Amino acid sequence: MIIGLIILLLKIAAVLVFISLTVLFLVYAERKVSAHFQVRYGPMRVGWHGGLQMIADTIKLLLKEDITPKDVDKLVFFIAPILCFVSAYLAYLTLPFSPQIVVKNLNIGLLYILGVTSLTVLSLMMAGWASNNKYALLGGFRSVAQIISYEIPLVLSVLPVVMMAGSLNLITIVEAQKSLPFILVQPLGFLLYLTAAAAEANRAPFDIPEAEQELVAGYNVEYSGIKFSMFFLAEYVNMFTICALAAILFLGGWQGPILPPVIWFLIKVYLLVFVLMWVRWTFPRLRIDQLMSFCWKILLPLALANFLISGLWLVLK
Amino acid sequence: MIFYFLAVTLILSAILVVTLKNIFHCALFLIVAILAIAGLYFHLQAPFLGVVQLIIYIGAIMVLILFAIMLTSRISDRLLQTASRQSIPALLAVIVFILLALKSLDKTPLPAHIGKNFDPILDLGRALMTAYVLPFEVVSLLLLVALVGAIALARKD
Repeated sequence: MIIGLIILLLKIAAVLVFISLTVLFLVYAERKVSAHFQVRYGPMRVGWHGGLQMIADTIKLLLKEDITPKDVDKLVFFIAPILCFVSAYLAYLTLPFSPQIVVKNLNIGLLYILGVTSLTVLSLMMAGWASNNKYALLGGFRSVAQIISYEIPLVLSVLPVVMMAGSLNLITIVEAQKSLPFILVQPLGFLLYLTAAAAEANRAPFDIPEAEQELVAGYNVEYSGIKFSMFFLAEYVNMFTICALAAILFLGGWQGPILPPVIWFLIKVYLLVFVLMWVRWTFPRLRIDQLMSFCWKILLPLALANFLISGLWLVLK
Repeated sequence: MIFYFLAVTLILSAILVVTLKNIFHCALFLIVAILAIAGLYFHLQAPFLGVVQLIIYIGAIMVLILFAIMLTSRISDRLLQTASRQSIPALLAVIVFILLALKSLDKTPLPAHIGKNFDPILDLGRALMTAYVLPFEVVSLLLLVALVGAIALARKD
């Protein structure tokens, strides 16, 4: 009993360490990728090619004064960033990095991830409302409208994979792709998933909630210091989650020749991360009305058609 | 131990939902109550039910409620009336609820036994598509009607 508890705590701590390191690396990668897309060098001064820049930035962020403005709703203002990080963290408890490396293999893993990530919406709403600031409130509105709209094509694009694997268990889904990854049978589903997921994670070109030019920074405008860094952390954690989920659902997870499973998994995830960064630094941001009509008039019908055709094909096969 | 923690959290937050004066805080405590219920489902080895509770109640219904609160102008200026004089209807409702709950508890053989090969998603899906297909379709139709009705009411022209 006690040994089991200790092992569980160790696993939870290991996930935390992994997440922190991943985010450090992701932020560094984003800065470098964006720089090279704009024909710049990016961070170069601290360490080799700016390799230690992120550590310096983290220390700076954590030591900054944590300001709580006077008229905020103090408790809600305090809880929102924590909830945001926790909901991003919870998804990792069932993500399989390899057949062995998974904290808890849930029978309904996919549904669980979709469920806990929907808590993020609440934290953004709480942050926007508690800040007592019109830009924060508008940013909160926008992000919630966006996330709940894009959740529909997201789930619909994932369903054909579930039908083909016959399970919601992420490990079973990966093992069902032994002969061929689902991206080859579900190319449209993959594209729909990646688009909707990028919108879910507030990545450009769907980063309307924090459109700097019009909303200052959206829901997190009143936050500073460690509370701000929690929102920031959660954003990058979510980016890794959606790429990991895409790798599991469509690219065959950890499967691949020669290299150990974890390496294959990370290669696939980081490939997708690079694609997302590429998109972010190449396309301009959509307007809010374009964003909504894109979701409801293009993504949703396509996802429904894809779902219908996959279902028919599975029944008639 | 875990059960009592969740149960106390649930009851306390449920009380706060109806006694707090700020409607946004009430909604937040309703979320805590829903989370506690989801926790109870997980604790009672029904993870599917717990996750569905999260997705539907928090991901959809509570977001809708929060949206409605935040979009209503000046709602936080007004303090809610937390006491009501309608004690007799409330008492009636409570009595009916307790009777129904006791009746259904009485009818359920406890502890319930489920088969070894019970798969919540598979069996639930099969039941919804065979034995309960008519109620399922009726509920879907009802939801669709509500949706169309809401749009028709909200349209300006």
